[in-house]
Amino acid sequence: MTAEQKTATRRSAKPSTGSLFEAFDPLRGRRLEILDENGKVVGGEWMPELSDEKLLHAYKMMLLARVADLKAVSLQRQGRLYTLPPSLGQEACAVGSAITLEKEDWMVPAYRELGAWLVRGVPLSRVYLYFAGSEYGNVYPPGVRVLPTSVPISSQLLHAVGIGHAINYRNRKEVVITYFGDGGTSEGDFHEALNWAAVFHCPVIFFCNNNQYAISHPRARQTISETIAQKAIAYGMPGIQVDGNDFLAVYRATQEAASHARAGRGPVLIEGVTYRMGAHTTSDDPSKYRESEEEELWKARDPLIRMRKYLEAKGLWDETREEDAKTEAQAKADEDFAEAEKWKANSVDEIFAHVFESTVPELEAQAESLKSFRKWKEGR
Amino acid sequence: MAVMTLVQAVKSALDLKLADDENVIVFGEDVGVGGGVFRATEGLQKKYGAKRVFDTPLAESSIVGAAVGMAIAGLRPVVEIQFDGFMHPAFNQLVSHLARFRYRTRGERPMPVVVRFPNGDGVRALELHSDSLEAVYGHVPGLKVVMPSTPYDAKGLLISAIEENDPVLFLEPKRIYRAVKQDVPDGLYRIPIGKARVLQEGTNVTLVAYGAMIRVCQQAILEAKKDGISVELIDLRTIYPLDTATIVESVKKTGRLMVVHESPRSFGVAAEIIARVNEQAFYYLESPPRRLTGNDTIPPLPKSEDLYFFPPERVYYELKRAFEA
Repeated sequence: MTAEQKTATRRSAKPSTGSLFEAFDPLRGRRLEILDENGKVVGGEWMPELSDEKLLHAYKMMLLARVADLKAVSLQRQGRLYTLPPSLGQEACAVGSAITLEKEDWMVPAYRELGAWLVRGVPLSRVYLYFAGSEYGNVYPPGVRVLPTSVPISSQLLHAVGIGHAINYRNRKEVVITYFGDGGTSEGDFHEALNWAAVFHCPVIFFCNNNQYAISHPRARQTISETIAQKAIAYGMPGIQVDGNDFLAVYRATQEAASHARAGRGPVLIEGVTYRMGAHTTSDDPSKYRESEEEELWKARDPLIRMRKYLEAKGLWDETREEDAKTEAQAKADEDFAEAEKWKANSVDEIFAHVFESTVPELEAQAESLKSFRKWKEGR
Repeated sequence: MAVMTLVQAVKSALDLKLADDENVIVFGEDVGVGGGVFRATEGLQKKYGAKRVFDTPLAESSIVGAAVGMAIAGLRPVVEIQFDGFMHPAFNQLVSHLARFRYRTRGERPMPVVVRFPNGDGVRALELHSDSLEAVYGHVPGLKVVMPSTPYDAKGLLISAIEENDPVLFLEPKRIYRAVKQDVPDGLYRIPIGKARVLQEGTNVTLVAYGAMIRVCQQAILEAKKDGISVELIDLRTIYPLDTATIVESVKKTGRLMVVHESPRSFGVAAEIIARVNEQAFYYLESPPRRLTGNDTIPPLPKSEDLYFFPPERVYYELKRAFEA
């Protein structure tokens, strides 16, 4: 073995896992739960350390995500936004995971991460703008390390791996979180991403929003594995299944995964068991493929109700605060949508810009042709 | 100056850019210890370490997909895909991400990535090792597609490609990896992407080709010369963006056009060139433009390979018809 090869494989000794990952070894069939459906603490030994202030901030972010999402669906019905994927019911997964990370960490989303986008500093107005049909909805403020919406399934996981590889290359302490659904675990890129990340010890948190459906295809027919978390074992990384409607469980697991990755121990796969309470997108009708009984069952597991009850029991929340926070969230959503709606369509030059760093003769000629037509049309 | 083959010129470009810029990293299947199936990266891991030049798991989508992420994080990946036919598993990453990230983010996230892979027929290879689908890549908005025909060009074009902030597919004509030797400067030099080169001036017919076909055409031209046919030979060098101006200018002078490529005919590079010449120089044409291309068939296995790729005689035969038409 050459010296170079030794350097490359030095970190490949089997990583020691934290006690959380040992206790919730996916092959033992356990799921991390801290709050039950009534907001009662049932997994106290795993309770994360969180200040009251941070708990309240998290709940407000979940509430904002909920309000902003309901508004988006309503705007879509009015024809003021195009097709969009509602995130109703997944607020604990999104907020609970993203809120554990540091500013310099990276987030590589799919398309249903409203709560995580908001937590990571993506302006709500940009989210609305994207679903209002503008590429500028993918342009975020400087320093926001969030990649744009990825529409193809699971292909973004490899970008997270590449960023993780670059973090190791530069000996930085950053981590990357990437999101995907249960359907995404069937794609080849999911397997290639987990494999690469494990082989090279990339600091990547693979967060699966197991929301039970890939459009109409149920989780049980997506994979015959008992859990998605157990897939981690085959790649040589820790995996953990958490109650994805329990903010505290999601928080604890992601926090542990982030410190694991930051310590140079490589990737972790987290499966958040949740439920997409709305449609896959606004073009889809879930009543065709699922029973209302099932939907009722999951309504009772609403992540917001559970968190609210927990905060109320701690004396941190009440009806008045709830109403105030809702009003505030509604005002923010209204304001951000108004800002997005002001945005104009691209000019001819803008649709030809950014194909390449500088333009090429073909594109110049095509732009001229379109401009010439438009000028002629204006003169008619 | 050193005499180099095309594959040595590729290695020289990689070597110089690895030395020149620590953001440049080279990876793919067997590129490290093995030095690549065609030895284009031989010795580079030893020289730069396994952090800069490394082997990946056998999975092409991850090679291109991880390169996208690395580019976002500020690196300049130069990746190798072993054979043209192995590009297909990475096609989603090429089209859905590599080609579009700059556009999708309004220029915020450029993609300084080079994807190198061998191209074409003529080395008696296995199935899926002889594809040449450059027109497919040229058809994808956001990708630049380059194919050199000489060691000198290979080095200068690859250095330019690595320095580009846009994704470049660098297609290496495997038939001439070792068939041509040429004096190549030792240091860094650049050949601009998007500019064709007039290899030989002539007055009767413009012949446009690229990659391994340049040599085939050069041999045909020698024969045509005996018949008094003066051929102007243009080496495209870059498939996209296509240097229309150089071709049109030449056709205006010669009045005739023939395009040669070994990849399939339908919707191919020749079709595009002929369409542009028709648009821009139709009234200068003295005869209908012609094209000599590969067939719209799967490239046959080695026993029948000779039926697929054509000898210089076939170019000569078609050239004469172009001239006499």
